[in-house]
Amino acid sequence: MQSSPAQSAPEAQTDRGLRFFQRLSFEETFFGWLFIVPAVLGLLFFRLGPVFASFYLSFTKYEIITAPRWIGFANYTKLVTDALWLRSIEVTLWYVTLFVPLSLTFAYGVALLMSRNVRGITTYRTLWYLPSVVPVVASATIWRWGLNPEFGPINYPLKVLGLPAPRWLTDPDWIVPSIVFIGLWGLGNSVLIFLASLISVPRTFYEAAEVDGANNWARFRHVTLPLTSSIIFYQLIVTVINSFQVFGVAYILFVSNPSASSAGPNNAALFYVLYMFRNAFGYFRNGYASAMAWILFLVIMLLTIILFYSQRRWVYYETEGGGS
Amino acid sequence: MTTYRVRHNASRFLIHLTLAGGGAFMLVPFFWLLSSSLKAPHEIFVFPPKWIPDPIRWSNYVEVFEVVSVARYAANTMTITIFATLGVILSSSMAAYSFARLRFKGRDIMFGLILSTVMLPYVVTMIPVYILFSRLGWIGTFLPLIVPDWFGGPITIFLLRQFFRTIPLELEDAARIDGASRPRIFAQIILPLSRAALTVVLVLSLLQNWNDFLTPLIYLHKRDMFTLALGLNALQYFEGGLDWTHYVMALASLMVLPVVILYFLAQRAFVEGIVLTGLKG
Repeated sequence: MQSSPAQSAPEAQTDRGLRFFQRLSFEETFFGWLFIVPAVLGLLFFRLGPVFASFYLSFTKYEIITAPRWIGFANYTKLVTDALWLRSIEVTLWYVTLFVPLSLTFAYGVALLMSRNVRGITTYRTLWYLPSVVPVVASATIWRWGLNPEFGPINYPLKVLGLPAPRWLTDPDWIVPSIVFIGLWGLGNSVLIFLASLISVPRTFYEAAEVDGANNWARFRHVTLPLTSSIIFYQLIVTVINSFQVFGVAYILFVSNPSASSAGPNNAALFYVLYMFRNAFGYFRNGYASAMAWILFLVIMLLTIILFYSQRRWVYYETEGGGS
Repeated sequence: MTTYRVRHNASRFLIHLTLAGGGAFMLVPFFWLLSSSLKAPHEIFVFPPKWIPDPIRWSNYVEVFEVVSVARYAANTMTITIFATLGVILSSSMAAYSFARLRFKGRDIMFGLILSTVMLPYVVTMIPVYILFSRLGWIGTFLPLIVPDWFGGPITIFLLRQFFRTIPLELEDAARIDGASRPRIFAQIILPLSRAALTVVLVLSLLQNWNDFLTPLIYLHKRDMFTLALGLNALQYFEGGLDWTHYVMALASLMVLPVVILYFLAQRAFVEGIVLTGLKG
């Protein structure tokens, strides 16, 4: 917090002027740091610190009452043989595989339709976005009954039309798709983000394309898509990260308390974070749960890095070297 | 020309049909929730589903206050939401001002570090933070749900910094020549000029705290400390069973109503906030 000499002030010609700027720069440094003190402490105690702490804990046996005991890679080797952990990976990957492409294409499609300058766009936007503000507990509650195979409103039209009516939340094969479905109800967030980027594509590009005789598809393929690809990329990353961390819906629908030993029939709703949560807050196996957390963290980081590398091939940035 | 127009109109019509149909579908669950919350228990479990309850039992909304301590849950949720929001706005706007306007050594590194944690998965910090709070003896209190917010939020800091940078420097220079100190400039010039951005932050924080399920689940275990989210979860599992589904629905409606109202009141702030941060999945 040293007051640095006022090198950055070439205007400071006279002695008096120099001192003025020196004082100013000390004052700036002082208040600059003072104002960020809470944020820096927050960074240390609630974010960066815990990241390192959980890394350390993942090599220990730690059950809160006794001090953490170093056990090397034991937690990690134990995980590999933990059938439930493997099950949770299977469930989570299945969810990610279904949800990410569905939600991105669907949201982009809806945003594309909305961006076509239709009348009533504000109303549509409101309707589509509204479910996104609903608390997860409430949406799980709604869909617990909404997806009820006998009395629910979703199966009703299927039954009337004589179509097969799935046993959504009770059939193990349908549980992950059901949660994908519930997630898609909250699609509005992505729609809004896509819509904003679609609207910001300059009209002149479309006009130029039209002059060149581009049809609808060509305009979409060569104007719209490249000019919104950075947002698509960004949404892809965010959606992937979030999909790996599904917790609330599954907990509310299938688990009643932290140490409950099952998550839906055949553990079909045993999401990764759910199993981690159970170990940490149900069984107080903090070292073991930290190992799980770190594996997930590494996977997410790795995926993000891969996506960042792949973006060079398909993401278009208007300003060279603009980066992301 | 005419075929073009016909095709054009047809596609217009299809667009409207899709958007309106999909939009209506989005509303069905709200209607279902409201309708179930006004039914007698035996009316919920019927096929075909009954859309309009007969009779409409408004009394469900009165009775639910008697079967569980809704007032208590609501008061708890509001306490947490208000204090957490206050904290995140104050601490983040201070940091944002510093990052946007003051020049000092280490500023960009600190800002970069804070920004880099925006996408940090919560799972990786959850356990150590819990241990920290349990060492402090704060488990079972509201403090773990409020205190972290008083130490800035990365997204909030980023959003406010972007906004503060658009405020003309001249205003600040003029105040400085008049001898105003930095805290004073911050409080009397920057903050009043940032009403729009602060509204966005306010709305996002209110929504997040009101809706939060995981954090209360980790830290609050006693009934009289429950938030609405925990209360609603408990009502479905531990109290009354299926016979109380109409109460479950009434409580869920009571929890959804304020956020829907907030959304309609501050729709612009919502839209801006979502688009600016783009982070809430």
